[in-house]
Amino acid sequence: MTVTTNHAGISNRLLDLIPVTDRPQTRKDFTSDQEVRWCPGCGDYAILATVQGFLPELGIARENIAFISGIGCSSRFPYYLQTYGMHSIHGRAPAIATGLAVSRPDLSVWVVTGDGDALSIGGNHLLHALRRNVNIKILMFNNRIYGLTKGQYSPTSEVGKITKSTPFGSLDRPYNAISLVLGAEASFVARSIDSDRAHLTSVLRAAAAHPGSAFVEIFQNCNIFNDGAFDALKDRSSKDDATLRLVHDKPMIFGADLDKGIRRSASGDLEICAATDEDVLVHNARAAEPSQAFALSRLTGGSAGVTPIGVFRDVDTPTYDEQLNTQIAEARTRQGDGDLMALLSSGDTWTVS
Amino acid sequence: MSGQVRDRQIHRLDRVVIRFAGDSGDGMQLTGEQFTSETAAFGNDLSTLPDFPAEIRAPAGTPAGVSGFQLHFSDHDILTPGDAPNMLVAMNPAALKSNLKDLPNGADLVVNTDAFTGANLKKAGYSSDPLSDGSLDEYRVHRVPLSSMTIDAVNALESSAGTVNKKEAERAKNMFALGLMSWLYQRPTDGVITFLEKKFAKRPEIAAANVAALRAGYNYGETTETFAVTYEVAPARMKPGMYRRISGNTALSYGLVAAAELTGLPLFLGSYPITPASDILHELSKHKRFGIRTFQAEDEIAGVGAALGASFGGSLGVTTTSGPGLALKTETIGLAVALELPLIIVDIQRGGPSTGLPTKTEQADLGMAVNGRNGEAPLPVIAPRSPADCFDAAIEAARLATKYRTPVILLSDGYLANGSEPWLLPGRADLPDLTVSFATEPNHSGDKGLEFWPYLRDSETLARPWAVPGTPGLEHRIGGLEKADGSGGISYDPANHDRMVRLRQAKIEGIARDIAPLEVDDPSAQARVLVLGWGSTYGPIAAGCRRVRAKGLYVAQAHLRHLFPFPDNTGEVLRAYDKVLVPEMNLGQLRAMVRAEFLVDAIGYNQVRGLPFKAAELAGVLEDVINQ
Repeated sequence: MTVTTNHAGISNRLLDLIPVTDRPQTRKDFTSDQEVRWCPGCGDYAILATVQGFLPELGIARENIAFISGIGCSSRFPYYLQTYGMHSIHGRAPAIATGLAVSRPDLSVWVVTGDGDALSIGGNHLLHALRRNVNIKILMFNNRIYGLTKGQYSPTSEVGKITKSTPFGSLDRPYNAISLVLGAEASFVARSIDSDRAHLTSVLRAAAAHPGSAFVEIFQNCNIFNDGAFDALKDRSSKDDATLRLVHDKPMIFGADLDKGIRRSASGDLEICAATDEDVLVHNARAAEPSQAFALSRLTGGSAGVTPIGVFRDVDTPTYDEQLNTQIAEARTRQGDGDLMALLSSGDTWTVS
Repeated sequence: MSGQVRDRQIHRLDRVVIRFAGDSGDGMQLTGEQFTSETAAFGNDLSTLPDFPAEIRAPAGTPAGVSGFQLHFSDHDILTPGDAPNMLVAMNPAALKSNLKDLPNGADLVVNTDAFTGANLKKAGYSSDPLSDGSLDEYRVHRVPLSSMTIDAVNALESSAGTVNKKEAERAKNMFALGLMSWLYQRPTDGVITFLEKKFAKRPEIAAANVAALRAGYNYGETTETFAVTYEVAPARMKPGMYRRISGNTALSYGLVAAAELTGLPLFLGSYPITPASDILHELSKHKRFGIRTFQAEDEIAGVGAALGASFGGSLGVTTTSGPGLALKTETIGLAVALELPLIIVDIQRGGPSTGLPTKTEQADLGMAVNGRNGEAPLPVIAPRSPADCFDAAIEAARLATKYRTPVILLSDGYLANGSEPWLLPGRADLPDLTVSFATEPNHSGDKGLEFWPYLRDSETLARPWAVPGTPGLEHRIGGLEKADGSGGISYDPANHDRMVRLRQAKIEGIARDIAPLEVDDPSAQARVLVLGWGSTYGPIAAGCRRVRAKGLYVAQAHLRHLFPFPDNTGEVLRAYDKVLVPEMNLGQLRAMVRAEFLVDAIGYNQVRGLPFKAAELAGVLEDVINQ
């Protein structure tokens, strides 16, 4: 296979294993003939449009791209993309994608999942795929509700959520998805918002450029069962004060007037300070230890008053795929290709004449 | 050790069953394995049955921790590891206590007298010493101070390899026992010495201690009067060719390696460790030079999920498990039925339900394999009949999976997995060509020109095309939602669902025409009773039939490789007999299936003791059914 620089100009040792195409591709090439069947006004439409708009940029032939999903509203995603795809079963997409990615280094493998699919029924697979650093890109649409089953609370719903299954209010504490995956030492962790096309595209680009597993949480509005969950982060009047846009190697400053910053408090946590504070931290997504990224994830909403978006962590570490395939290549170099008949007759044999 | 003068009387025997039993830390499995290797090298036919506790180190000296290894060897072809031992080697009181019930009167019994201390007797639950209270009077007891003589032999060693401590010396007592048995049954020991030197290459002093113990045991037999006779079992007459000894799990692993080569697909194993299936994961993980990818998943579900993902990508996806794991994989197997992708699911059955008896054998997962999924989700189910047959069964699973684009369940069991027998090695030309072709071109002419329809079926097999990612122009989506016949788009149309359910069923049932008819073994051609079996009961059933026939009675035997679908002639075969007996290590699962399918009033014989049937037991049952 010949490798040429892909259209996005991004490159890494794993991406370079995937053939690129000379054929110019457009958004239309990635749009399947299936009628899109999300509720009108669903945030999934915006994400689909952004992904369809971004994929041609990669320059990878669409036949070398596979989208694997689980179950839930978001998991209908693969049907609408003209790539290879599998709409699998609830929570298992990371496991299925692992088998595909590990055995096919020439494919770009993406997982589309939701907060229930990834964090509830499939929590175990998500953590282990990230722990292994399998070369798959996981897009988790977080709407903080169960949509397809018509409105029960999800593992990211706030405590006290009144839903059909919790008429007296939900009791369980929600997961902070970013904190959770940083606990598994995911090598790439990012967050974006369905309606912010430019930001989401930049995060997708960074995820694609990352060699290894990538976890991208996308805040997504469910206008039927949890409308407005992320309004504070989207509303023109509040969003600049409510979100902290993480940029590697840049000071963490935010606010409509860029007057606020992030510094470490005496207790070791992160806190909001004045932008002029001499202790304002510079964001380092490449730090080997995930500690500061974890501290940033704790700023999410609530009393801290700001929600970081962007790339929390982007660390280049060995991937499961390349290490497994290296073991195979080395075994072949060292011992030669396997010989079936020699294997069958290995050990003690005797001949009867 | 060869060439020494033997002044002992030699008894010629046609077959021997020997059982080694001791604490699970006493190395009984290794001892049995080595005795088996000697026996294979000598040229006898053989069959083995290891029997060990689920606990890695149960409390030492207690019956719960007893580990045993039984070997049946003969000068003719044999089918089972033997019903009852002619010789029991008991390394401690617990081993004696838990194995004595299987020992027929007059059998030989070797006991390690050093282990018969007050404390050990108490741990074994003896209130008096069986060596002195007369309870062993019916046996030929050989009292051997195995531990102390082993220590003496090792201490006497003048070795440049260094010395071992007393505990390490005592641990070599299993080799003393092996040496003694090797002398008694005139087995060659050169292979054992080579094995020990290789195994302990990094600890030459331990190798030397073990070899010294082995020699001491052999010489003890030669020089003492403990045994008045030695035994000789002549080599068996076997089909010409090259043989090796193989266990079921190794044969199954090799079958999968072969299947990958025969189909031309890379092998991907997704698995989670579980007894008694883990050895397949261990074996396949060694063979990276074959391009085999093994993936130890976080759980059973991820194991099968990864295998299915690899199948989607064009690998031969395999997952290996036992009953509890099969239960967890159920949903993913259902997805594979809907996706119509090749997938091999290996279930090494063990005692159930739930955790059940992890190290004991059973065949009670048949119902789950055939029916255990939501919706109408048919898939082929096959079973091997002997350890070596696991090789052929794995290849057959791959043939069905790839040709019919379907998950296949292969039901082995703990008895086949750990048992072993001689295997006549196949030649490369004996193996089938299973070359798989992927779809490369559009297959349908639609409104917008040429399209790829992932569910447009082959008219003969009803299999759908397998287009793997990376193939330009064939991009498509598959999933667990019902698909429109042909195009594969999502469809909720009632008539379409009815059609798809029937198509999937017809595809799998059509396999009945693509498998060998059920064969009947009835040398007399006059039998009125048929015994029908499946899986690992083949050996005991066939041995039982031989016994019955030797008495002049008539019985026919048939054994199913394919449990779903059954071979086309199965009903015809069953209806040709007055009575059909179905022995199973469950409460009658195959019996229920044949009754339902063929309206044949089959009789069951069922045992769920965690152990294989005995030939004598089945012979008795057969006689009763014949004479009724």
